[in-house]
Amino acid sequence: MAAHATTETLPQGEIAKPNTGWIWRTFWVLVGITAVEFVFVFFMNPGTLRNSIFIVLTILKAFFIVGEFMHLKHEVKSLIWTILIPTALLVWLVVALVTEGSYVGEVLSHMFSK
Amino acid sequence: MAHSTTLQPNAASAAYADAPRTGTWDGGNEPFKASYGKLMMWFFLLSDAFTFGAFLTAYGLIRHKHGVYEGTAKAFHFSSAYWPTPDKVFNAFPGLHGLDLPLAFVALMTMILIFSSVTMVLAVEAGHRMDKADVQKWLLWTILFGTMFLSSQAWEWTHFINGHEEGTLMADGTVMHGANLAANQYGPPLFADLFFFITGFHGTHVFSGVCLLVWCFIATTNGTFEKRGHYEMIEKIGLYWHFVDLVWVFVFTFFYLV
Repeated sequence: MAAHATTETLPQGEIAKPNTGWIWRTFWVLVGITAVEFVFVFFMNPGTLRNSIFIVLTILKAFFIVGEFMHLKHEVKSLIWTILIPTALLVWLVVALVTEGSYVGEVLSHMFSK
Repeated sequence: MAHSTTLQPNAASAAYADAPRTGTWDGGNEPFKASYGKLMMWFFLLSDAFTFGAFLTAYGLIRHKHGVYEGTAKAFHFSSAYWPTPDKVFNAFPGLHGLDLPLAFVALMTMILIFSSVTMVLAVEAGHRMDKADVQKWLLWTILFGTMFLSSQAWEWTHFINGHEEGTLMADGTVMHGANLAANQYGPPLFADLFFFITGFHGTHVFSGVCLLVWCFIATTNGTFEKRGHYEMIEKIGLYWHFVDLVWVFVFTFFYLV
Protein backbone atom coordinates (compact mmCIF):
# COMPACT_ATOMS: atom_id res chain seq x y z
CA MET A 1 0.00 0.00 0.00
CA ALA A 2 2.98 2.31 0.55
CA ALA A 3 3.27 2.92 -3.17
CA HIS A 4 -0.19 4.44 -3.45
CA ALA A 5 -1.05 5.96 -0.06
CA THR A 6 -1.28 9.70 0.52
CA THR A 7 0.83 10.77 3.43
CA GLU A 8 -0.73 14.14 4.21
CA THR A 9 -3.14 14.43 7.12
CA LEU A 10 -6.41 16.07 6.20
CA PRO A 11 -8.74 18.22 8.22
CA GLN A 12 -11.80 16.41 9.50
CA GLY A 13 -14.33 15.64 6.76
CA GLU A 14 -12.06 16.42 3.82
CA ILE A 15 -11.38 13.75 1.24
CA ALA A 16 -7.96 13.21 -0.38
CA LYS A 17 -7.44 13.79 -4.09
CA PRO A 18 -7.58 10.67 -6.25
CA ASN A 19 -4.26 8.93 -6.91
CA THR A 20 -5.07 7.16 -10.17
CA GLY A 21 -2.11 7.65 -12.51
CA TRP A 22 -0.87 4.10 -12.04
CA ILE A 23 -4.35 2.72 -12.79
CA TRP A 24 -4.64 4.36 -16.21
CA ARG A 25 -1.04 3.50 -17.03
CA THR A 26 -1.73 -0.18 -16.41
CA PHE A 27 -4.91 0.10 -18.53
CA TRP A 28 -2.96 1.43 -21.53
CA VAL A 29 -0.37 -1.31 -21.11
CA LEU A 30 -3.17 -3.90 -21.28
CA VAL A 31 -4.71 -2.23 -24.35
CA GLY A 32 -1.28 -2.17 -25.98
CA ILE A 33 -0.61 -5.85 -25.37
CA THR A 34 -4.07 -6.77 -26.72
CA ALA A 35 -3.42 -4.67 -29.84
CA VAL A 36 -0.11 -6.49 -30.38
CA GLU A 37 -1.95 -9.82 -30.05
CA PHE A 38 -4.35 -8.77 -32.80
CA VAL A 39 -1.47 -7.83 -35.08
CA PHE A 40 -0.18 -11.39 -34.68
CA VAL A 41 -3.67 -12.84 -35.28
CA PHE A 42 -4.00 -11.20 -38.66
CA PHE A 43 -0.45 -11.01 -39.95
CA MET A 44 1.20 -14.22 -38.81
CA ASN A 45 0.49 -17.71 -40.04
CA PRO A 46 -1.08 -20.09 -37.51
CA GLY A 47 1.32 -22.46 -35.84
CA THR A 48 3.00 -23.44 -32.60
CA LEU A 49 5.22 -20.33 -32.62
CA ARG A 50 2.22 -18.02 -32.97
CA ASN A 51 0.37 -19.85 -30.19
CA SER A 52 3.39 -19.55 -27.92
CA ILE A 53 3.48 -15.80 -28.57
CA PHE A 54 -0.20 -15.54 -27.63
CA ILE A 55 0.36 -17.46 -24.42
CA VAL A 56 3.38 -15.35 -23.44
CA LEU A 57 1.45 -12.12 -24.10
CA THR A 58 -1.55 -13.42 -22.15
CA ILE A 59 0.64 -14.29 -19.18
CA LEU A 60 2.12 -10.80 -19.44
CA LYS A 61 -1.42 -9.34 -19.28
CA ALA A 62 -2.18 -11.60 -16.32
CA PHE A 63 0.95 -10.29 -14.60
CA PHE A 64 -0.36 -6.73 -14.84
CA ILE A 65 -3.93 -7.55 -13.84
CA VAL A 66 -2.91 -9.65 -10.84
CA GLY A 67 0.07 -7.53 -9.81
CA GLU A 68 -1.42 -4.06 -10.11
CA PHE A 69 -5.22 -4.25 -10.26
CA MET A 70 -5.38 -7.02 -7.65
CA HIS A 71 -2.51 -5.43 -5.78
CA LEU A 72 -0.61 -8.71 -5.37
CA LYS A 73 2.72 -7.11 -6.25
CA HIS A 74 2.46 -4.99 -3.11
CA GLU A 75 1.45 -7.75 -0.72
CA VAL A 76 3.67 -9.78 1.60
CA LYS A 77 6.12 -12.05 -0.29
CA SER A 78 4.74 -15.28 1.15
CA LEU A 79 1.22 -14.42 -0.06
CA ILE A 80 2.60 -13.71 -3.54
CA TRP A 81 4.26 -17.14 -3.66
CA THR A 82 1.17 -18.84 -2.22
CA ILE A 83 -0.74 -17.64 -5.27
CA LEU A 84 1.98 -17.87 -7.91
CA ILE A 85 3.42 -21.35 -7.30
CA PRO A 86 0.13 -23.27 -7.76
CA THR A 87 -0.65 -21.16 -10.84
CA ALA A 88 2.75 -22.01 -12.31
CA LEU A 89 1.88 -25.67 -11.82
CA LEU A 90 -1.38 -25.06 -13.71
CA VAL A 91 0.63 -23.67 -16.63
CA TRP A 92 2.64 -26.87 -16.69
CA LEU A 93 -0.62 -28.84 -16.64
CA VAL A 94 -1.94 -27.04 -19.71
CA VAL A 95 1.29 -27.52 -21.67
CA ALA A 96 1.50 -31.19 -20.71
CA LEU A 97 -2.08 -31.99 -21.65
CA VAL A 98 -2.03 -30.06 -24.92
CA THR A 99 1.00 -32.17 -25.85
CA GLU A 100 -0.92 -35.31 -24.86
CA GLY A 101 -3.85 -34.17 -26.97
CA SER A 102 -1.68 -33.71 -30.05
CA TYR A 103 -0.15 -37.13 -29.51
CA VAL A 104 -3.57 -38.76 -29.18
CA GLY A 105 -4.66 -37.03 -32.36
CA GLU A 106 -1.62 -38.24 -34.23
CA VAL A 107 -2.03 -41.81 -33.03
CA LEU A 108 -5.70 -41.85 -33.99
CA SER A 109 -5.10 -40.42 -37.44
CA HIS A 110 -2.31 -42.91 -38.22
CA MET A 111 -3.99 -45.90 -36.62
CA PHE A 112 -6.05 -46.85 -39.66
CA SER A 113 -3.81 -45.56 -42.41
CA LYS A 114 -1.57 -47.83 -44.43
CA MET B 1 5.09 -14.17 12.26
CA ALA B 2 8.21 -14.25 14.42
CA HIS B 3 7.27 -16.85 17.01
CA SER B 4 6.52 -20.49 16.24
CA THR B 5 3.63 -22.61 17.41
CA THR B 6 4.26 -24.68 20.53
CA LEU B 7 2.69 -28.08 20.09
CA GLN B 8 3.68 -29.58 23.42
CA PRO B 9 4.22 -27.44 26.50
CA ASN B 10 7.63 -28.27 27.94
CA ALA B 11 8.22 -29.11 31.60
CA ALA B 12 8.99 -25.50 32.50
CA SER B 13 5.69 -24.26 31.24
CA ALA B 14 3.63 -27.17 32.55
CA ALA B 15 1.77 -24.65 34.66
CA TYR B 16 0.58 -23.00 31.40
CA ALA B 17 -0.54 -26.24 29.69
CA ASP B 18 -4.02 -24.80 29.22
CA ALA B 19 -2.82 -21.45 27.91
CA PRO B 20 -3.96 -20.57 24.37
CA ARG B 21 -1.41 -21.04 21.60
CA THR B 22 0.05 -17.91 20.09
CA GLY B 23 1.49 -18.99 16.75
CA THR B 24 0.86 -17.08 13.52
CA TRP B 25 -2.04 -19.31 12.49
CA ASP B 26 -3.55 -19.74 15.96
CA GLY B 27 -6.06 -16.91 15.71
CA GLY B 28 -6.08 -13.27 16.63
CA ASN B 29 -3.39 -12.48 14.05
CA GLU B 30 -3.37 -11.47 10.39
CA PRO B 31 -1.15 -14.02 8.62
CA PHE B 32 0.37 -12.61 5.41
CA LYS B 33 -0.66 -9.21 6.86
CA ALA B 34 -4.03 -9.63 5.17
CA SER B 35 -7.41 -9.61 6.87
CA TYR B 36 -9.39 -12.84 7.17
CA GLY B 37 -11.86 -11.87 4.47
CA LYS B 38 -9.21 -10.78 1.98
CA LEU B 39 -7.10 -13.90 2.52
CA MET B 40 -10.13 -16.15 2.16
CA MET B 41 -11.05 -14.39 -1.09
CA TRP B 42 -7.53 -15.01 -2.43
CA PHE B 43 -7.77 -18.70 -1.50
CA PHE B 44 -11.20 -18.96 -3.11
CA LEU B 45 -9.86 -17.33 -6.28
CA LEU B 46 -6.99 -19.82 -6.32
CA SER B 47 -9.50 -22.70 -6.16
CA ASP B 48 -11.57 -21.09 -8.93
CA ALA B 49 -8.37 -20.77 -10.96
CA PHE B 50 -7.97 -24.54 -10.62
CA THR B 51 -11.51 -25.00 -11.89
CA PHE B 52 -11.05 -22.80 -14.95
CA GLY B 53 -7.54 -24.19 -15.42
CA ALA B 54 -9.08 -27.65 -15.59
CA PHE B 55 -11.65 -26.49 -18.16
CA LEU B 56 -9.06 -24.81 -20.37
CA THR B 57 -6.71 -27.77 -20.05
CA ALA B 58 -9.50 -30.09 -21.13
CA TYR B 59 -10.21 -27.73 -24.02
CA GLY B 60 -6.53 -27.77 -25.03
CA LEU B 61 -6.39 -31.55 -24.96
CA ILE B 62 -9.63 -32.04 -26.89
CA ARG B 63 -8.85 -29.37 -29.43
CA HIS B 64 -5.44 -30.82 -30.26
CA LYS B 65 -6.85 -34.32 -30.47
CA HIS B 66 -8.95 -33.23 -33.42
CA GLY B 67 -7.69 -32.82 -36.93
CA VAL B 68 -6.22 -29.53 -38.06
CA TYR B 69 -7.33 -27.77 -41.27
CA GLU B 70 -4.49 -28.12 -43.73
CA GLY B 71 -5.56 -26.13 -46.76
CA THR B 72 -5.22 -22.47 -47.66
CA ALA B 73 -7.11 -19.82 -45.74
CA LYS B 74 -9.13 -18.92 -48.83
CA ALA B 75 -10.38 -22.46 -49.37
CA PHE B 76 -11.49 -22.94 -45.76
CA HIS B 77 -14.99 -24.28 -45.19
CA PHE B 78 -16.65 -25.72 -42.09
CA SER B 79 -16.42 -29.47 -41.60
CA SER B 80 -16.70 -31.86 -38.68
CA ALA B 81 -13.42 -33.41 -39.82
CA TYR B 82 -11.33 -30.63 -38.35
CA TRP B 83 -11.44 -27.89 -35.71
CA PRO B 84 -12.62 -24.61 -37.25
CA THR B 85 -10.50 -21.49 -37.52
CA PRO B 86 -11.97 -19.09 -34.94
CA ASP B 87 -11.94 -16.03 -37.19
CA LYS B 88 -14.19 -17.85 -39.64
CA VAL B 89 -16.71 -18.67 -36.92
CA PHE B 90 -16.76 -15.44 -34.93
CA ASN B 91 -16.93 -12.81 -37.64
CA ALA B 92 -20.26 -11.14 -37.01
CA PHE B 93 -20.95 -7.78 -35.40
CA PRO B 94 -24.33 -6.68 -34.02
CA GLY B 95 -26.05 -4.33 -36.42
CA LEU B 96 -23.59 -4.99 -39.24
CA HIS B 97 -25.31 -7.96 -40.84
CA GLY B 98 -23.40 -9.60 -43.67
CA LEU B 99 -20.07 -7.88 -43.01
CA ASP B 100 -17.07 -10.11 -42.37
CA LEU B 101 -15.43 -8.69 -39.25
CA PRO B 102 -13.35 -11.50 -37.79
CA LEU B 103 -12.99 -11.34 -34.01
CA ALA B 104 -14.04 -7.67 -33.97
CA PHE B 105 -16.96 -8.17 -31.59
CA VAL B 106 -14.98 -10.34 -29.20
CA ALA B 107 -12.22 -7.71 -29.17
CA LEU B 108 -14.85 -5.16 -28.13
CA MET B 109 -16.06 -7.49 -25.38
CA THR B 110 -12.50 -7.85 -24.09
CA MET B 111 -12.09 -4.08 -24.00
CA ILE B 112 -15.40 -3.69 -22.16
CA LEU B 113 -14.31 -6.13 -19.48
CA ILE B 114 -10.84 -4.62 -19.11
CA PHE B 115 -12.48 -1.21 -18.81
CA SER B 116 -14.78 -2.55 -16.10
CA SER B 117 -11.66 -3.73 -14.25
CA VAL B 118 -10.27 -0.20 -14.44
CA THR B 119 -13.45 1.33 -13.02
CA MET B 120 -13.37 -1.34 -10.30
CA VAL B 121 -9.84 -0.37 -9.23
CA LEU B 122 -10.95 3.26 -9.26
CA ALA B 123 -13.81 2.32 -6.91
CA VAL B 124 -11.38 0.55 -4.57
CA GLU B 125 -9.06 3.56 -4.66
CA ALA B 126 -11.98 5.84 -3.80
CA GLY B 127 -12.80 3.51 -0.91
CA HIS B 128 -9.30 3.94 0.46
CA ARG B 129 -9.96 7.69 0.60
CA MET B 130 -13.39 7.11 2.22
CA ASP B 131 -14.88 9.00 -0.75
CA LYS B 132 -18.44 7.63 -0.75
CA ALA B 133 -19.59 9.58 -3.83
CA ASP B 134 -16.68 8.39 -5.96
CA VAL B 135 -17.14 4.81 -4.79
CA GLN B 136 -20.77 4.97 -5.90
CA LYS B 137 -19.84 6.53 -9.23
CA TRP B 138 -17.19 3.94 -10.11
CA LEU B 139 -19.29 1.02 -8.85
CA LEU B 140 -22.11 2.11 -11.18
CA TRP B 141 -19.74 2.28 -14.13
CA THR B 142 -18.42 -1.21 -13.31
CA ILE B 143 -21.95 -2.57 -13.08
CA LEU B 144 -22.80 -0.94 -16.42
CA PHE B 145 -19.79 -2.41 -18.21
CA GLY B 146 -20.37 -5.82 -16.62
CA THR B 147 -23.95 -5.80 -17.85
CA MET B 148 -22.78 -4.68 -21.30
CA PHE B 149 -20.43 -7.67 -21.38
CA LEU B 150 -23.21 -10.06 -20.39
CA SER B 151 -25.52 -8.64 -23.07
CA SER B 152 -22.75 -8.95 -25.65
CA GLN B 153 -22.14 -12.55 -24.67
CA ALA B 154 -25.89 -13.25 -24.95
CA TRP B 155 -25.85 -11.81 -28.48
CA GLU B 156 -22.78 -13.90 -29.31
CA TRP B 157 -24.52 -17.08 -28.11
CA THR B 158 -27.66 -16.25 -30.07
CA HIS B 159 -25.72 -15.69 -33.25
CA PHE B 160 -23.68 -18.85 -32.67
CA ILE B 161 -26.82 -20.93 -32.10
CA ASN B 162 -28.70 -19.48 -35.07
CA GLY B 163 -25.73 -19.84 -37.36
CA HIS B 164 -24.41 -18.19 -40.47
CA GLU B 165 -26.52 -17.45 -43.57
CA GLU B 166 -24.68 -20.14 -45.46
CA GLY B 167 -25.26 -23.46 -43.76
CA THR B 168 -22.97 -26.46 -43.73
CA LEU B 169 -23.62 -29.77 -45.46
CA MET B 170 -23.60 -32.39 -42.71
CA ALA B 171 -22.74 -36.09 -42.95
CA ASP B 172 -26.41 -37.09 -43.17
CA GLY B 173 -26.97 -34.91 -46.24
CA THR B 174 -28.89 -32.09 -44.56
CA VAL B 175 -27.73 -28.50 -44.42
CA MET B 176 -27.32 -27.29 -40.85
CA HIS B 177 -27.35 -23.76 -39.55
CA GLY B 178 -26.01 -22.87 -36.15
CA ALA B 179 -25.28 -25.08 -33.19
CA ASN B 180 -26.69 -27.18 -30.40
CA LEU B 181 -25.09 -29.59 -27.96
CA ALA B 182 -25.36 -32.53 -30.37
CA ALA B 183 -24.07 -30.99 -33.58
CA ASN B 184 -23.01 -27.69 -35.09
CA GLN B 185 -22.31 -26.29 -38.53
CA TYR B 186 -18.81 -25.07 -37.69
CA GLY B 187 -16.90 -28.26 -36.85
CA PRO B 188 -16.85 -31.25 -34.50
CA PRO B 189 -19.68 -31.46 -31.92
CA LEU B 190 -17.24 -30.81 -29.07
CA PHE B 191 -16.44 -27.39 -30.55
CA ALA B 192 -19.88 -26.05 -29.70
CA ASP B 193 -20.11 -28.04 -26.47
CA LEU B 194 -16.89 -26.54 -25.14
CA PHE B 195 -17.88 -23.06 -26.32
CA PHE B 196 -21.14 -23.17 -24.38
CA PHE B 197 -19.59 -24.83 -21.34
CA ILE B 198 -16.58 -22.56 -20.87
CA THR B 199 -18.15 -19.23 -21.86
CA GLY B 200 -21.25 -20.27 -19.91
CA PHE B 201 -19.30 -20.87 -16.73
CA HIS B 202 -17.46 -17.61 -17.23
CA GLY B 203 -20.70 -15.74 -17.91
CA THR B 204 -22.20 -17.14 -14.72
CA HIS B 205 -19.22 -15.78 -12.80
CA VAL B 206 -19.68 -12.37 -14.43
CA PHE B 207 -23.37 -12.44 -13.52
CA SER B 208 -22.69 -13.30 -9.89
CA GLY B 209 -20.04 -10.58 -9.86
CA VAL B 210 -22.57 -8.03 -11.10
CA CYS B 211 -25.01 -9.15 -8.38
CA LEU B 212 -22.30 -8.69 -5.74
CA LEU B 213 -21.46 -5.26 -7.15
CA VAL B 214 -25.12 -4.21 -7.02
CA TRP B 215 -25.24 -5.27 -3.38
CA CYS B 216 -22.00 -3.33 -2.75
CA PHE B 217 -23.58 -0.25 -4.30
CA ILE B 218 -26.67 -0.56 -2.12
CA ALA B 219 -24.54 -1.05 0.99
CA THR B 220 -22.37 1.95 0.09
CA THR B 221 -25.43 4.13 -0.45
CA ASN B 222 -26.85 3.05 2.89
CA GLY B 223 -23.63 4.09 4.62
CA THR B 224 -22.72 0.57 5.79
CA PHE B 225 -19.04 1.03 4.97
CA GLU B 226 -18.86 4.59 6.30
CA LYS B 227 -20.14 3.20 9.60
CA ARG B 228 -17.63 0.35 9.44
CA GLY B 229 -14.81 2.79 8.86
CA HIS B 230 -13.40 1.04 5.81
CA TYR B 231 -14.37 -0.05 2.32
CA GLU B 232 -12.54 -3.37 2.40
CA MET B 233 -15.62 -5.19 1.11
CA ILE B 234 -15.26 -3.24 -2.15
CA GLU B 235 -11.67 -4.43 -2.30
CA LYS B 236 -12.66 -8.07 -1.80
CA ILE B 237 -15.40 -7.95 -4.44
CA GLY B 238 -12.86 -6.12 -6.60
CA LEU B 239 -10.50 -9.10 -6.33
CA TYR B 240 -13.33 -11.36 -7.54
CA TRP B 241 -14.11 -8.99 -10.41
CA HIS B 242 -10.50 -8.84 -11.56
CA PHE B 243 -10.33 -12.61 -11.42
CA VAL B 244 -13.37 -12.79 -13.70
CA ASP B 245 -11.62 -10.40 -16.12
CA LEU B 246 -8.45 -12.48 -15.93
CA VAL B 247 -10.34 -15.68 -16.75
CA TRP B 248 -11.84 -13.96 -19.79
CA VAL B 249 -8.37 -12.90 -20.97
CA PHE B 250 -7.34 -16.57 -20.89
CA VAL B 251 -10.58 -17.87 -22.43
CA PHE B 252 -10.24 -15.24 -25.17
CA THR B 253 -6.69 -16.36 -25.92
CA PHE B 254 -7.42 -20.08 -25.91
CA PHE B 255 -10.75 -20.02 -27.69
CA TYR B 256 -10.42 -17.21 -30.17
CA LEU B 257 -6.73 -16.78 -30.84
CA VAL B 258 -4.96 -20.10 -30.47
